[in-house]
Amino acid sequence: MVSLTNSPIDLQAVLAAAQTPRAGAVVLFLGTVREHTGDRRTASLDYECYAQMAQAKMSELEAEARRRWPILECHLVHRVGHLELGDVSVAVAVSTPHRKQAFEAAKWLIDTLKQIVPIWKKENWADGASEWVHPGVAPRVGR
Amino acid sequence: MKVNVKLFALARQLAETGELALDLPEHATAGDVRAALIARVPSLAPLGPHLFISVDGELAANGSPVRPDSELACFPPVSGG
Repeated sequence: MVSLTNSPIDLQAVLAAAQTPRAGAVVLFLGTVREHTGDRRTASLDYECYAQMAQAKMSELEAEARRRWPILECHLVHRVGHLELGDVSVAVAVSTPHRKQAFEAAKWLIDTLKQIVPIWKKENWADGASEWVHPGVAPRVGR
Repeated sequence: MKVNVKLFALARQLAETGELALDLPEHATAGDVRAALIARVPSLAPLGPHLFISVDGELAANGSPVRPDSELACFPPVSGG
C-alpha cells in the first residue's frame, strides 16, 4: 500500500500494518531530515510532488518488489510540505517470512523510490539561502 | 493544438507558475514541448538536458508523440526520499 501525506507520518500505524503472523521479519526504514550536508547546515526542508504520477510510481515499486521478494505486507508513505529537522520524510515497511528478504526489499524500495518517484526537496539552509535539490544539475544553474 | 504543461520544483520556480499553456503543431513531440517551454521561459534553458518531460505520467523520449489530451509535465531530476 502506498500513500502521500501532508501530515506527520503515523509510524505506529505503518508498523502495525506491516506486521502479520505470516511474517518472521518486519523491516521499517525511515528517511529523516538531517541537519548537516557537506559543510552546509539545513534549517528546514520543503517537499513537493507530482501527486498523480508519484502515487502511480510508488504503486509500481510495490508491485515490482512483490515480484522480486516474497513480501507479505508492504507500506510506503512519503510526506510532502514543510519539514523540520528530525522529521520523518518517508517510511518504508516490509514484512517477509525471513529477514534476508525484508532487508533487501526495503533497501531496494527506498533506493528506487529516490530514483524514479516525482518528488523534489528544497533545502532551506541555515544561512538563509534556499535551493531545489536536483541531482546532476550544477549548483548555480538556474538559481 | 493547445496543451497545458504542469511544472515542478526549479522549473516551476523559474517559470513562476505551476502550469503553462502552449500552442504546438498538430504532430508535436515531447522534444517540441521542451523547446516550446524554453522559448517561452528562457531562464529554463540552462536546465536543458536536465528538463524531463512526462506524457500521461511516464517519462517521455524526445520523439514521443503528444496529443491534445495528453497530460504533460516538465521537471528537473527528482530528489524524494
